[in-house]
Amino acid sequence: MWAFLSSQPVQTALIVGTCAALVSALIGVFTVLRGNAFAGHALADVSSAGGAASFLLGISPLLGFLGMAWIAAFGMEFLGVRKARERDLATGVVLGAGLGLSALFLYLDVTTTSTTGATVSVMFGSLFAISRGLIWPAILAVLAVFALVGGFYRPLILTAVDPDLATLRGVSPRWMGLLQLLVLGLAVAVCALAIGAVLATALLIGPAGAAIRLSRRPLQAIVWAMLMALAAVWMGIWMAYESYYWFSGNAWPVSFFVVALIFLFYLLAMLGSAQQRKFRYRAATALPGIQES
Amino acid sequence: MFSSFMINTWIAGTAIALVAAFVGYFVVIRRSAFAAHALPLGAFPGAAAANLLGVNPFVGLLIFVGIGMLLLRQLARMGRRDVGTGLLLVLFLGVGALFLSMTNEYAPEVFSLLFGEMLGVSKADLWPILGICAVVSVLMITIYQPLLLDSSFPDLAALQGISGARMDLLFLSLLALVTASALPVVGAFLVFTLLVGPPAAAQALSRHPLRSLLLAVVFAECSIWLAIALSYWSNWPIGFFVGMIGAGLFTLARSYRSWSQRQRGARRVAVP
Repeated sequence: MWAFLSSQPVQTALIVGTCAALVSALIGVFTVLRGNAFAGHALADVSSAGGAASFLLGISPLLGFLGMAWIAAFGMEFLGVRKARERDLATGVVLGAGLGLSALFLYLDVTTTSTTGATVSVMFGSLFAISRGLIWPAILAVLAVFALVGGFYRPLILTAVDPDLATLRGVSPRWMGLLQLLVLGLAVAVCALAIGAVLATALLIGPAGAAIRLSRRPLQAIVWAMLMALAAVWMGIWMAYESYYWFSGNAWPVSFFVVALIFLFYLLAMLGSAQQRKFRYRAATALPGIQES
Repeated sequence: MFSSFMINTWIAGTAIALVAAFVGYFVVIRRSAFAAHALPLGAFPGAAAANLLGVNPFVGLLIFVGIGMLLLRQLARMGRRDVGTGLLLVLFLGVGALFLSMTNEYAPEVFSLLFGEMLGVSKADLWPILGICAVVSVLMITIYQPLLLDSSFPDLAALQGISGARMDLLFLSLLALVTASALPVVGAFLVFTLLVGPPAAAQALSRHPLRSLLLAVVFAECSIWLAIALSYWSNWPIGFFVGMIGAGLFTLARSYRSWSQRQRGARRVAVP
């Protein structure tokens, strides 16, 4: 255990992974409540183009992911993500264009800068290979997200749960939508850095989707989501570290363990809540007069 | 450009674009872009596993895309459909990444499976693709009417005795077949782009089902031919061109539609 904690790549991985887990669980609950899981996934996928471009331009990958995620967010807003019927299509088209760009940048990465590992590290992440210089930017991004969400907590929740009621109360859905996309972009960038652009969706919607099943109160759901995300990231890092010894020198990727654990938690939460509902239903039918709440 | 090693690419591209437009038309009217994005990525570990074990990639692809389809339906029934779809997608991607990390040629494999390797279609690859495309086309023609009715008016279809669940399963199977045939050639991401871009543009231009379907086929063929040609000349990946052409077509079609609507509105005001 001591060897695990004293290794420097592990420390960096733990810090960045914790940042990603906290921020994605917080934003994930809003995203899932709004039914925006596809848009969140598309933002993460498109941000891979930014990650690929950062190798070409020689800038920090976090900036690359963030820039492209924001561009995609504005693109979707522009193409009409607000109308529910058109939302799916506009998201799909932006996603297609973004993936095309990503293909081009990755190709140029390989041919011009001879960084052959770019495809893997951008798409699937390599938590143990993150440079220490990225710790502070990641922490800053997390603080910014927490400050923004903390400041606008009530209007954000209201818009996510019931947009019409929010408009009646004088909350501008436009501004809240924009704020949500900006914050989502920040969260996606940190997640993409940690477990890879195409896998970032796991952290974003998995714990949140499970947490919403476990609790009906938004604040409780956020806490549940954070606990699950942290457990998945920490256990994933530990298992990937140990897998070097389990499989005689062939370590399995961290991102695989994190994604598999999140999927497991989601399944458990689903089965657990279904069981609970059946139990309540049986109690309600056995004792007439007691209604299911 | 039409030299002997490119002929197979042209044939495969044409066949894939044809069935992608057929199935993509229904992807657009059923609003299932997320499923169309998830299924190709569900097939991705199949190709990786086949690569690892040294078996025919089509076997791995068909097995994994089948598992993906069944899990997708199960997860969608259990909770929120979009959350289930997204989680399944990342799980399969993660498994694919694991399989690929066990092989020696990790990075080039990942790139070609995700973004496609258009310039390397052998004769042995060509026959399964053409076979699957023929099967999908025949199936599509036989179930066209009920599927269209179920996609546009589910209640009316249910009244006529068409089961929505069965149609959903049929539609997803067709999607899975197209995916499995197209993935080794054009890559997991590009399959999705072909499925959504051209049909979405066609839908914006015409509401008439058959006309819109034909337009989708024309758009899909044009974009894949243009993409192959541009990719041949510039040496850039074909996925980039297909993605850009798809987005461009969609934007153009949408602006044309809003322009013509404004024209019609102006005429209506002028002649009361």
